[in-house]
Amino acid sequence: MADDLKVFRTWSSPFALRIIWALQLKGLEYETIFEDLSQKSPLLLQYNPTYKKVPVLVHNGKPISESLVILEYIEETWKQDPLLPEDPYERAKARFWAKFIDEKLSQSVIDVLLTEAKEQEEAVPRAKENLKYIEEELKGNKFFGGATIGFTDIALGWTANWLPLIEKVTGIKLIDADKFPRISEWMQNFCDVPVIKANWPSYDKMVTKIQGIREKCLAPK
Amino acid sequence: MAAGEGVKLIGYWASPYALRVEWALKLKGIEYEYIEEDLPNKSALLLQCNPVYKKLPVLIHDGKPVAESLLIIEYVDEVWKEKYPLLPRDPGERAKARFWAKFTDEKCVPAVMATFTSQGEEQEKHAKEAQENLKTLESGLEGKPFFGGETIGFVDISAAWIGIWAKIVGEIVNIKLVDEEKMPLLCAWLQGVLENPIIKDCLPPGEKLLEHNRGFHRMLTGAAST
Repeated sequence: MADDLKVFRTWSSPFALRIIWALQLKGLEYETIFEDLSQKSPLLLQYNPTYKKVPVLVHNGKPISESLVILEYIEETWKQDPLLPEDPYERAKARFWAKFIDEKLSQSVIDVLLTEAKEQEEAVPRAKENLKYIEEELKGNKFFGGATIGFTDIALGWTANWLPLIEKVTGIKLIDADKFPRISEWMQNFCDVPVIKANWPSYDKMVTKIQGIREKCLAPK
Repeated sequence: MAAGEGVKLIGYWASPYALRVEWALKLKGIEYEYIEEDLPNKSALLLQCNPVYKKLPVLIHDGKPVAESLLIIEYVDEVWKEKYPLLPRDPGERAKARFWAKFTDEKCVPAVMATFTSQGEEQEKHAKEAQENLKTLESGLEGKPFFGGETIGFVDISAAWIGIWAKIVGEIVNIKLVDEEKMPLLCAWLQGVLENPIIKDCLPPGEKLLEHNRGFHRMLTGAAST
């Protein structure tokens, strides 16, 4: 029986992009269901009652949610074009960096978008400190996965889209090619990968969206 | 050189995260050297092994450090895969297990913590959220005795301590977080896990843990009232 795969996503969700990338890198076919988060579909609420969020992957009727959990599921179910290394220690490292990206790096980067004046001045060095860890970890490899993109690259990938957008909207450039030569190069290489290039959301729509997120957050209550 | 150095675990007697890893190692029958950190004075070894977070637990296997307790447990499960598998084999069941362990850490723990550190109306709000999240966690059991099915597995050792911790917090702040009437299955589950001799053997002494946390609470609420 052919696999029935559905992805619940929004046009802009960076977490959903991770799933799209993984499925396409493994050559898998799937149906996309775009959600309007202001009016969540009954199906989404049924498939993800705990968080009521996207992305959700539904495989032969069984839902999986939380993007890193979904990535592991995809990796374990379809073994072609592996995203994780074989060695358990290297796998632990890949997972560690993905977790770091989601738990520490993301918030510190978003804080730069969502603040202004003194608060923003303080947010910038925090974000850069976290980016420095990533810079060091790249260690002269083209990708975290080595010659091809892997689990950690997919986890970090959203920054290749959002950091330039954050610069456009706030004027703050977090990745300076002088101070972060490896991340700068990684971003270029990452964006050159055909599956990545083919799936970015509309730049103009994203600028409007990011601007809207910033304005909403900074609006006086 | 470093290979063949065996397994070391940097932990702390009151750390629930270190406890999870000990449970994993003991269930799998893996021999290890335990290194107790003298918190808050973090050792050079800890800082060297976990420069990003500077936190414990850290597992050092043949000289190579692995940090983040859930990742350590997955690592241990992969390296010693024949001994007492903690994660199920089926990818769908593995996804569910990872989901519930993550839910425990990202939803249950912060809500219980927030109940612990807040007061008044805010505390009531956090306590309600903690109870709701514990109730949701209960649904993950799907009527089974353990998240692992008939035996203790990944989620059981990842989540059991939240039951212990929630009871301690409840006692200190005088709010019942783990309610036998509202969460009968969760309570039965918790009892089942803690009755396991290997699990029970690792538990820090109850009174000592309670006093330790009372001390924290005094510090937190003392600071809040000045």
